Amino acid sequence: MSNVALQNVTKRFKHVVAMRDVSFDIKDGEFFVLLGPTGAGKTTTLRVIAGLEQQDEGSVIFDGEAVDALSPADRDVAFVFQQYSLYPNMSVYDNLAFPLRSPMRQLPEPEIKRRIEDAAEKLRISHLLTRKTARLSGGEMQRVSIGRAIVREPRIFLMDEPLSNLDAKLRESLRVELEHLQRTQGSTTLFVTHDQIEALTLADRIAVMREGRVVQIGTPEDIYDRPATLFVAQLVGTPHINLLNAMHENGTLQVANADLHLPAPTTGETVPDKLVLGIRPEDVHPDPEGAFAGQLALLEPLGSETILHIKIGGPTLLSVVPGLLSARVGDTVRFNVAPESLHYFTREGRRISAVTEVAVPVQ
Amino acid sequence: MATIEFRDVEKRFGAFQAVKPMNLTIQDGEFVVLLGPSGCGKTTTLRMISGLESVSTGTILLDGRDVTWAHPSARDIAFVFQFFALYPHMTVRENIAFPLQAQGESKELIQQRVGEVSRLLQIEPLLGIRPGSLSGGDRQRVALARALVRRPAAFLMDEPLGALDAEFRAVMRAEIKQLHLDQHATTVYVTHDQIEAMAMGDRIVVMSNSEIQQVGTPAEVYYNPSNLFVARFIGSPGMNLLKGQYADGVVNLPGGGQYRVPAEWEGAVRQALGGSGEVVMGFRPEAARLSADGSIGAELYADELHGAYTMLYLSLDGQPEGVYVRTDRKVKYPIGTPIRFDLDPAMVRFFRTDTEKAIQREVVTA
Repeated sequence: MSNVALQNVTKRFKHVVAMRDVSFDIKDGEFFVLLGPTGAGKTTTLRVIAGLEQQDEGSVIFDGEAVDALSPADRDVAFVFQQYSLYPNMSVYDNLAFPLRSPMRQLPEPEIKRRIEDAAEKLRISHLLTRKTARLSGGEMQRVSIGRAIVREPRIFLMDEPLSNLDAKLRESLRVELEHLQRTQGSTTLFVTHDQIEALTLADRIAVMREGRVVQIGTPEDIYDRPATLFVAQLVGTPHINLLNAMHENGTLQVANADLHLPAPTTGETVPDKLVLGIRPEDVHPDPEGAFAGQLALLEPLGSETILHIKIGGPTLLSVVPGLLSARVGDTVRFNVAPESLHYFTREGRRISAVTEVAVPVQ
Repeated sequence: MATIEFRDVEKRFGAFQAVKPMNLTIQDGEFVVLLGPSGCGKTTTLRMISGLESVSTGTILLDGRDVTWAHPSARDIAFVFQFFALYPHMTVRENIAFPLQAQGESKELIQQRVGEVSRLLQIEPLLGIRPGSLSGGDRQRVALARALVRRPAAFLMDEPLGALDAEFRAVMRAEIKQLHLDQHATTVYVTHDQIEAMAMGDRIVVMSNSEIQQVGTPAEVYYNPSNLFVARFIGSPGMNLLKGQYADGVVNLPGGGQYRVPAEWEGAVRQALGGSGEVVMGFRPEAARLSADGSIGAELYADELHGAYTMLYLSLDGQPEGVYVRTDRKVKYPIGTPIRFDLDPAMVRFFRTDTEKAIQREVVTA
């Protein structure tokens, strides 16, 4: 396994700039996730690392050496695609053996056997080795295609939305398998997804991409707790973060069209007059003694938690509480918001960092 | 406004039974969700209400009136599909007005009604433009407006949010529910998405294999699933299920763990199993509490940060599947750490392994 880095990579297609000055460093054994909406440049980034696309500027570095001149085959990367391209008439064993028997590698059969048995055990598909792949379930096929990448023992795994064609329950269980595999094996992996839950649950670190640029790089906790921009704040979290326009006056923030006063950020920089306040739904705490009040507009009981839509004048605040809640639409709801859980952004969408954030280093 | 009643309604396509004889009453003003995996018969059921699909046997009543063989147009029902079919050459206003014009309504009435629904759905600024340039969410709002403008007795919606991305789906989900709270029109809503069903339904009809598995409020199907299918299907992830041997008030788990059946369940479990035998214990991820002297032992297999909380996945000796435990984000252990937990006795359920049905107990009310 290897350390993989991009240095100031730009990639242009005829009509679009797919990657703009992209730099990041994937550490040896790290599970690194590229997260962003369609068209953000995630898949292009993956293809540039694989050598399937040639960048216009910048460099791709494996273990300290530029690989820009190397062909895809010589870069020794393994792809796991969204669509599993397995040979339906071959057994699982032969599918796994295929890349190892190719003219390029031609490993001895005992070595092939060792690698396959090893991978099959990790992926819990040992009992399927003699079966034809056409007769496997969707989840089993996906494990076999991950297995085909594992047996190659590549320098890095490249995974392009490998879970997105599966139904919800299967996706959950494969996510757990991938996470377990990663925590126990520590393979260097670049994983591309538009699904924020996949990113938060799987990643050691996440790079959020938008319109060809990297917007923020950090651990899942960094991204969730300290989003660098409004875009990142909105991208992660279900339900969405509440965003409210607010005016800054004498150390307090007045939320537009609502009777909601909250403390202004304690920060080293000048606080602008107009800013955007972000409150995660789990930080809006219903409380009969709460300092604020609104009207319950909607209740969404999801089972493990309940989403409350609380109308506070013009805007509606979402609050999420564990379990089921007995309240009626139209009721007055009192609530509290912990000042330390507030997020502040400029109108342009840049995070205003609190003093305490600077003082406490990111773990 | 309308009640919708199914009496032994069955649908066959040749030898295939798409809907097994079904009985169901949907109350006036109720929001009922038909929920199930693809091929379970939910869309066929909806289409039979609309009259787009004929009934093989049985009777459908609309407000007590037998409409089994009535033409779709004579049923006073509006259908909202997944793919919003708007006329591209007409403006939004003309699209919304179309059903009323087709009914030959007066200009004044049309103008008044179009004004009302577009205010309700907050699409007034869009009235003059053509649908081609609208976002997915706005198109769906226009499609809803076109259904609402007729003031039908009931709405039928077939996965209306299926084509939208996750972000919009959550927004539109709340808007449709809000609309229902304002209008109280009887609504039958088809989806395969259990979160949507939980969030929106007054009652949920869970279907699988062409038949109803359970009818209940979101709380009922979540906390008291009628069988293993519903237990797995509702919730994300579904209910945790552990197989064990029941004897003398205790469930013995394959790995050596022992769980004492809560007193209020003991009689029912013993009776259902005829004294002792194999049983499945079910509990939701939030029912488990980590504790050093917990009665059930497991090992950490994976942990997942979900933003506001962490979901642990624990493997247990002798169980084909592990269990999910919802915990505080601060909980962090290395993979492979032995972990013990207990269950909130009020949230444990029991299922028979032969019929896969939930064991019921008599609820004593004071």
